[in-house]
Amino acid sequence: MTPRVYAYYPGCTLHSTAKEYDVSARLVCQSLGIELRELKDWTCCGASSAHSTSDLLSIALPARELQAAEEMGLPLAVACAMCFSRLKFAIHELNDQATLGLVSDIIGGELRNTIEVVHLLKVLEEEKEDLPLKRPLTGLKVACYYGCLLVRPRDILDFDDEENPQIMDHLIEALGAQSIDWGFKTECCGASLPLTRKDIVLTLSHRILHQAKQLGADCLAVACPMCHSNLDTTQREIEAKYKDGVGLPILYFTQLVGLAMGFSPKQLLLNKHLTDPLPMLKEKELA
Amino acid sequence: MARIGVFICHCGTNIAGTVNIAEVLEAAKQMPNVAFVDDNKYSCSEPGQASIRDAIVANRLDRVVIGSCSPRMHENTFRRTVASAGLNPYLLEIANLREHCSWVHGDGKETTDKAIELVRKAVNKATHYEALFPKQIGLTKRALVIGGGIAGIQAALDIANSGYEVVLVEREPSIGGRMAQLDKTFPTLDCSACILAPKMVDVGQHPNITLLTYSEVQKVTGYVGNFEVEILQKAKKVDHKTCTGCGTCWQKCPEKVPSEFEVEMGERTAIYIPFAQAVPPKPVIDVDNCRYTKYLRFVEEGKEGKKPPQCRICERLCPTGAIDWEQQDQVITERVGAIVVAIGYQTFDPSAYGEYGGGRYPDVVTGLELERLMCASGPTEGEVVRPSDGAHPKTVVFASCVGSRDDRMGRSYCSKVCCMYMAKHAIMLKEHDPEVQCYIFYIDIRAGGKDFEEFARRAQEEAGAIYLRGRISKIYEDGKKLIVCGEDSLMGRPVEIAADLVVLATGMVPSDGAAELARTLNISYDSNNFLIEAHVKLRPVETQTDGIFLAGACIGPRDIPESVAQGSAAAAKLATLFSQDTLITDPLTAVVDAAWCVGCFLCQEVCPFNAIDSLVTDTRTVAVVNEGLCKGCGLCVADCRGGAIKLRGFSDQQLLAEVSALWR
Repeated sequence: MTPRVYAYYPGCTLHSTAKEYDVSARLVCQSLGIELRELKDWTCCGASSAHSTSDLLSIALPARELQAAEEMGLPLAVACAMCFSRLKFAIHELNDQATLGLVSDIIGGELRNTIEVVHLLKVLEEEKEDLPLKRPLTGLKVACYYGCLLVRPRDILDFDDEENPQIMDHLIEALGAQSIDWGFKTECCGASLPLTRKDIVLTLSHRILHQAKQLGADCLAVACPMCHSNLDTTQREIEAKYKDGVGLPILYFTQLVGLAMGFSPKQLLLNKHLTDPLPMLKEKELA
Repeated sequence: MARIGVFICHCGTNIAGTVNIAEVLEAAKQMPNVAFVDDNKYSCSEPGQASIRDAIVANRLDRVVIGSCSPRMHENTFRRTVASAGLNPYLLEIANLREHCSWVHGDGKETTDKAIELVRKAVNKATHYEALFPKQIGLTKRALVIGGGIAGIQAALDIANSGYEVVLVEREPSIGGRMAQLDKTFPTLDCSACILAPKMVDVGQHPNITLLTYSEVQKVTGYVGNFEVEILQKAKKVDHKTCTGCGTCWQKCPEKVPSEFEVEMGERTAIYIPFAQAVPPKPVIDVDNCRYTKYLRFVEEGKEGKKPPQCRICERLCPTGAIDWEQQDQVITERVGAIVVAIGYQTFDPSAYGEYGGGRYPDVVTGLELERLMCASGPTEGEVVRPSDGAHPKTVVFASCVGSRDDRMGRSYCSKVCCMYMAKHAIMLKEHDPEVQCYIFYIDIRAGGKDFEEFARRAQEEAGAIYLRGRISKIYEDGKKLIVCGEDSLMGRPVEIAADLVVLATGMVPSDGAAELARTLNISYDSNNFLIEAHVKLRPVETQTDGIFLAGACIGPRDIPESVAQGSAAAAKLATLFSQDTLITDPLTAVVDAAWCVGCFLCQEVCPFNAIDSLVTDTRTVAVVNEGLCKGCGLCVADCRGGAIKLRGFSDQQLLAEVSALWR
């Protein structure tokens, strides 16, 4: 059985642009009796910047989070795919004793590298048989989009098949929705390029949205705030640039779980997306 | 009192370059029992051997020590030299002054000193040598060939034509192997079945060949010249003696299942021959799928519910009453003197490639599947159509190295044939439909072979195939098209092609069960489960086990001409063996002193060659060494608690004499 208490590392986006992810995750977990204890005094995981400037910094930053979880003696649950990736990389690098010693000196205090890091998607997927569904998502066609950070490289992240992952699909199907079989589950969305090369983000995100739309998806389910931002906030620009009506609501998987468990759109902050999911959900009588 | 002659070889400058030969000779003169010393520029040369021979006779030498290269190199040469002087050839000891001394040390006193010690060691050991005599064992001049693909067929025919009997075992219902599944062959575009079928028929009709199809080798005991083989003959449920192969049964059988021969692109019936030219041209009943055998199992297992129908249509229609429901699997035993293993290959299962769809897209096919689609006797009668909707593909993309040269898949080797069969497919597809455009993603174009490069150029220049250097990163469906994303690494940019059909050039992997069979035969296999030859350059169709030979793609990726050549080569090696009336065994084997043996049989457990038999005497059971199987490895000697086993040529006395020479 899944542990019932986790140390919880929200990361920066879940306190800001992806607040709806944080809120829906906490709401769902709480009602399932899974306790998320937020790390005290957490800092940045290094995100997309640290590892392009200093290898050591990109390990030391997440190592602080690992150390905090070690002090709590709890497995560490993470929602953001980027944080998950950085933490898993740090654990991998810290398996080297020399690196472990060096990083311990940098962050101060003892670091044993014993913490297990799990993604919330995995936590909830393991609960899928026992979810108290109040409003099964019958008739909803969902394109599960994993992005790259959850699955690559497989040897280090050890999460799911990097070409055709299934975890989110299984969870979404357990909610009564239909997950579509498609080839873009782990295609790049443009990642951290929207500020520097918007054109690339538009091209890549367009391909993903176009494909999902073609296959009849009603929405995309995501597990990464960066993917969410790229896919949700660019839709108007994409439609203008490619003259292609690709508008699709982009929802966090936790919001879909919450919806099926009977929470209201307001509780789940479904109104926070730029592409409003409510008309679609109302039409399907799911909101 | 022994009279030992010591001969030191210069090996040109190989030994003399770092070892002071004069000093070694001087030291050797002082060693006990040494009656004569001499040196040679090249001892292995004809004059070198002659001088040794003459010295043995002239000086009445009764032991010989030669300081030269490794015994692996020239022990047999010098044994013959010694024998030609009338001495027992096992009274020779070689001191390895080259690989163990001059090659691995620099010029200096220590090198010469070590050479002297090695000679002293050899002299001491040789003092205790005694004459050894090889034994003769009989041999059964009958061969077993395992695998009825082109390599096994060729081997069986060549052996049979040399006048020896052959038992050919094939696990499928027909011989023919992979070659029978191919449409055309590169680089001549010969019809594969047309050039293979006559050989298959020859096998079926040859008076010297016993063909056992639908059969597998289960157990092999014995040794070169005297193997005993247990073969499992699966129940065919058809009496092939009375069956005429008229075909009524398989035309009328109502149960259709995917055909293995058609790579599941087409169907066969439950009673079937795999393909029209099958040999033997008589059917077997697939008991897993036959309606009546399913009914029988249902009744036997006493299951509840609706019984399957008791079909038995084949039985009712058979004009000769050949259907035999009582026929059971049976094990037969054959005695043979030598074995050719030609168990071939199968194609890599591409479902491990998630980026190519992992088997989810019907219009992503393998090279072998395309062969069946192009073949006039295939499921579409040679019409190349998409499996999904039957449309004619116009844009066809090839992915090379699927399961080859890819460490991710644990397959680092090149499968050798794929570059050529992709070129063949491109040419053939253009012939089938001039509107077809082929794109071939490649890493390198490996066209090493007679007329191969010209053929690969023909695919580009005449058939207009566009070769793109790079791997495919992803394939996805977009409506009716397959979007193939890849990189053109020569242009340095990503490419996308909207294809109608994608062909994965899957590589060659060993047949299922290759490792198990290798263990049954006690021969080696590598980490990929390919069988290992005795020497990769010089003994390419032999194994380390005497009397067992290899041929074809079970050793590694091979094309048809190579497989045929190896089939013939294995047959020639086997015929050479059979040309002798008895076999001479090496006397350097273990020998059990029955008086000391307590019959614990620890030796039997450690022997890697199954060479320990038990011998029941009047009073007890003791171990005895089968000298046909023993390789003289010495494991049993070290393991024997009672010290009852001795290794000839390596007795305790001889080895301790060596040690005491070094600890002087």
